[in-house]
Amino acid sequence: MNAIEFILAGMLAAATPFLLAALGELVVERAGVLNLGVEGLMALGAVLAFIVVYHGGGHVMGFVAAGLGGAALSLVFALVVLGFRANQVAAGLAIGILGQGLSALFGKSYESLTVKGLPKLALPWLSDIPVVGGLFVQDVVVWLSLAATLAIWATLAYTKTGLVVRAIGENPKAAHAIGYPVVAVRFAAVAFGGMMAGFAGAYAAVVYTPLWADGMIAGRGWIAIALVVFGTWLTGRIFLGACLFGAVSLMGLAAQATGLDVPSQLLSSLPYLVTIVVLGIISADRRLLKLNGVASLGEPFDR
Amino acid sequence: MSAFSGTILPVFVRREHASLTATLLAPPLALATAAILNLGLYVLMGRDPAAVIYAMLLEPFLSWASFSEVLLKAGPLLLIAQGLAIGFRAKVFNIGAEGQFILGAIFASAIPIWFPQATGQWIWPLMLLLGAIGGAFWASITAFWRVRLNANEILVSLMLSLVAAQLLNYLLLGPWKDPAGFNFPQSVMFQYDAMVPILIPGTRVNVSVLLALMLSLAAWVFMQRSFTGYKLQVGGLAPRAAGYAGFSEGRAIWLSLLIGGFAAGLAGAAEVAGPLGQLQRSISTGYGYAAIIVAYLGGLHPIGIVFSALFMAVLYIGGDNAMVSANLPIAAVRVFQGSLLLAYLVAVAFVRYRLEWRRPAYRSPS
Repeated sequence: MNAIEFILAGMLAAATPFLLAALGELVVERAGVLNLGVEGLMALGAVLAFIVVYHGGGHVMGFVAAGLGGAALSLVFALVVLGFRANQVAAGLAIGILGQGLSALFGKSYESLTVKGLPKLALPWLSDIPVVGGLFVQDVVVWLSLAATLAIWATLAYTKTGLVVRAIGENPKAAHAIGYPVVAVRFAAVAFGGMMAGFAGAYAAVVYTPLWADGMIAGRGWIAIALVVFGTWLTGRIFLGACLFGAVSLMGLAAQATGLDVPSQLLSSLPYLVTIVVLGIISADRRLLKLNGVASLGEPFDR
Repeated sequence: MSAFSGTILPVFVRREHASLTATLLAPPLALATAAILNLGLYVLMGRDPAAVIYAMLLEPFLSWASFSEVLLKAGPLLLIAQGLAIGFRAKVFNIGAEGQFILGAIFASAIPIWFPQATGQWIWPLMLLLGAIGGAFWASITAFWRVRLNANEILVSLMLSLVAAQLLNYLLLGPWKDPAGFNFPQSVMFQYDAMVPILIPGTRVNVSVLLALMLSLAAWVFMQRSFTGYKLQVGGLAPRAAGYAGFSEGRAIWLSLLIGGFAAGLAGAAEVAGPLGQLQRSISTGYGYAAIIVAYLGGLHPIGIVFSALFMAVLYIGGDNAMVSANLPIAAVRVFQGSLLLAYLVAVAFVRYRLEWRRPAYRSPS
């Protein structure tokens, strides 16, 4: 298997934690709320899923626990910023620290333990194509994540629910004036984002690298937040961005396998460096951000 | 809907004037709330709450030896938080102090690692200066990205922290590894003149604590008495007014980040040239993130931050105690930190809002 085949085959799985968390954050931001606690929500989801799967609860229950845990912690965030109008940046950081602390606390006695991942399912015929065939051999969560991407894109773009969420993010006062429950919708969006971040953490800890280590999320929650900016709040572009980061995080492994003499620390920081560079390139186009950005992002809503 | 909501649920009403009582009460109330919630967690974990309280909140004060360690820990937290608070008041969210701290430690370590034989009382002051420059340099990347490329400073500064941690690993596993260090990821021990002089004999408290207090005073003068500090605050409170008054946003961002990076870099330098005496992997135990909480808990005010830094240092030392005596995982400190900041953000909401249990008779048009 050469490097390109290796990256193509692994890209979607590596992209899934980014994708799930970024899709959740997309919905949160579309409703006008900035939740910077994704890293902590993912860490909490990861440890909960790991504990459930380790004790024989199975992967489905693991993902359920992670989704519920992520949603519960993000509701605390929602209460603080929507109920008490707190600064969203500070509250998001606090949730991030709290989530990482809780994950380390719960995961203490599971450090370095492993569980079994999930089998890969191959799509017939497509997976036999040379070079790109690996793209079509994925575990079930990857396939479900692709379905979720389509569902979220369609919901935001074409349904009334999506329109209400977007209207509330663009102009909460106008949305309130025509009778939409701004705070309730934002609560729901934040809980959805928390659940998706929990799923993302679960995928990282019980499917992608099925082992528990403190700090295993390693900045992926922050990259997911950056992905929403890269994707200029559009589902399709966020998906492409997640694939790019999936590929970048595999490039380190591919480079080492080919015997390239590069310090491993440089390869480990590649995703962070790419984030910085891409963020600079995309943000420099102010018109692009203004055109697709969410007008009321991060601002508290006062009737 | 609003006609009924007031009768069932309390409504949040904006105050006409910010409440001074609520401002002063917010930190102690937040502390009490966080303490109660966390004690509940320890009880659930099967720990003896009395033993945890004793180890965490009392033991640090009970002996001079442990209180001096609190002072030592408070130094870097105080320095970093003062720098960050200036930026936060200008609404420049530099959350990459961790990386700026690491760069400060790396820059400062260059002198004793490259010139291990050098002697003279000039070495440690130069190291502190170099560290501060290193921190400011790392922050300047974020400033450039924010001002020139319009990139979000939160994400860029955080990514740079993760890169800084990898850079430190690279140096300690590669070119800067102590050749006689049994392959441990650490540098050589620094020479005597590369160490900040001890301030209180018999303890590890050194001159950098004094420096942190002096810079706190400088931060107070800068923010409360200088025109530049005023411009930063206006930029944070009313960006449009600042624009109309001709206060440059770009300059405010540069200044905020450079000050934050300078202070964090200085703290990093003081750590390697102080209690550690060498460059190690674990030079920071999350100081850069804890300092964000210290800054908010101190009300982003230079005097408040002195108290909150002391408290956070107690929490660090107390957390170490509780790990030994009450078998509490060290992660409990992070849980406490996160919940403390959340509790503070809730408590501080009452500075500008009050709860009303009935429907307000008059609601000011907003």
